[in-house]
Amino acid sequence: MSVRVQTADFDISAEMAALRKGNAKIGAIASFVGLVRDLNDGDAVSTMTLEHYPGMTEKALEEIVTQAQSRWDIYDALVVHRVGKLLPLDQIVLVVVTSAHRGEAFAACEFLMDYLKTQAPFWKKEETPKGARWVDARESDDAAAARWKA
Amino acid sequence: MINILYFARIKENLGIGKETVALPANAHDVGALTAWLRERGASWQSELATGKALRVAVNQAMVGMDASIKDGDEIAYFPPVTGG
Repeated sequence: MSVRVQTADFDISAEMAALRKGNAKIGAIASFVGLVRDLNDGDAVSTMTLEHYPGMTEKALEEIVTQAQSRWDIYDALVVHRVGKLLPLDQIVLVVVTSAHRGEAFAACEFLMDYLKTQAPFWKKEETPKGARWVDARESDDAAAARWKA
Repeated sequence: MINILYFARIKENLGIGKETVALPANAHDVGALTAWLRERGASWQSELATGKALRVAVNQAMVGMDASIKDGDEIAYFPPVTGG
């Protein structure tokens, strides 16, 4: 398992290749990539700045990955999250999960993203023609995370 | 002494990201410390208001207002998270 917080961009192919390297038991890889959009809540977005809580962020991500590993039969999981100033089209976050079969990889990948959205200390600030504003948390994200509690 | 950290909108509006203070007398939990901080003025009252969407972490783990605190702890205040 591996979690990284970085300003640099990431290469999906290289990350996937590294995660599955030499393990012929892996039959499935599920991945998710989050991207910066040029529109949010009806306003054009020119830049997005991501702040985080160094130390706690890594701990929270590791805890989320540990939970996924205990719930599903997966081989490995990777979370890469960028911080700093990003532009529309930029990649923000990558989650990759490897497993023997697709069901476990799909489920664990979705769980990781849902929990990351509500548990990992990142905050987005976006620049719009109306000025800079902090992005509000969405209730739909809480609902998405809550459905895994059943 | 305790370290108090502030993030995102709260940090911006209070104009402070980090401070080290002596653990106030009788501030045995997060709720009591928060009440003590609110007495600093209007912006503190509004940023750390009761009922406002406010998240708190003690030693880098999210907790509720009833979580106990002790000398040497790191306490952080921040809005609901919006990563991903």
